[in-house]
Amino acid sequence: MRVFWPVTLAAAALVGLLAYGVVSKGTDTTLDQAVARDERPVAPIKALPWLERDGDGSLADYKGKVVVLNVWASWCDPCRDEMPLLQKTHERIAGQGGVVLGIDTQDATEAAKAFLTKTKATFPSLRDRDRSYGREFGVSGYPETFLIDRRGKIRALRRFPVTQEWLDEHLPKLLQEQA
Amino acid sequence: MRVTSIALAILLTFVAAATAAAPPSLPDIEDEVMCVECGTVLSVSNSPVAQQERDFIRKQIAAGKTKQQIKAALVDEYGEGVLARPEADGFNAALWLVPIGLVLAAAAGIAVALRRWRRRTPTAPADLPPPLNPEDAARLDAELSR
Repeated sequence: MRVFWPVTLAAAALVGLLAYGVVSKGTDTTLDQAVARDERPVAPIKALPWLERDGDGSLADYKGKVVVLNVWASWCDPCRDEMPLLQKTHERIAGQGGVVLGIDTQDATEAAKAFLTKTKATFPSLRDRDRSYGREFGVSGYPETFLIDRRGKIRALRRFPVTQEWLDEHLPKLLQEQA
Repeated sequence: MRVTSIALAILLTFVAAATAAAPPSLPDIEDEVMCVECGTVLSVSNSPVAQQERDFIRKQIAAGKTKQQIKAALVDEYGEGVLARPEADGFNAALWLVPIGLVLAAAAGIAVALRRWRRRTPTAPADLPPPLNPEDAARLDAELSR
């Protein structure tokens, strides 16, 4: 049988493109699996602008601290619901070398600031305007929370709103560890 | 006829000037902007983030910004992905150049295939069958004359 190579190559390229499209739109669960196996993957670090002050910051600014990294947006209702618990946690762990760090994502700056004022949240937040940083954590929805130990490794994650039970299960252990 | 043409040209000039000076409207911009979370054009989305984007655009319009200024402000807030049609500069130029290149490559492929196909098609006239002998010719004439 005679094979017409240009057509075959074009068809193969099209199938490859479609496969890439399907795979790239899927949810990335690599991090979830690594954390479930207790592999302690290193948390991605990227300099981002602060939401409420000038300049850039990153996870590197909190080296040696336990970080509760919370991905939120002002238009996300579940994010609003969990803000009081996150603020309470921030105040509770501050004296033990812990901090809640918000990642405000795909959000209008003024709306995000108003949201923090309204919810009385005072923990610091960085702006991930296009979710490029969130993608490194496999973020696919809001809110999502990651617990990062004093060595900058991800020890637990939650793809839904946090609960007191979940925080109590993981945080005390991390706060007791030395850097 | 000439007067009509001049009148039409003047009218078109006025319309173009009026369009350029008109402030942008929300529907004008909605079609060229994406809902950043839902992956659809803003005009067809009703998600919470889409409502926030609309509020942002309305405030920009109220502040007297032009369409280009509003789109630039949207990019500042939400990143390049907020534009339904990315600007054709830098790496984004590939989004425009690659499809054009593919179309040109496909056209070239079709042209080459056609040329090859034509070469293979016999162009010489088919050989005529041998002439009939007198007996067969007479029978054919008889049959045709019935």
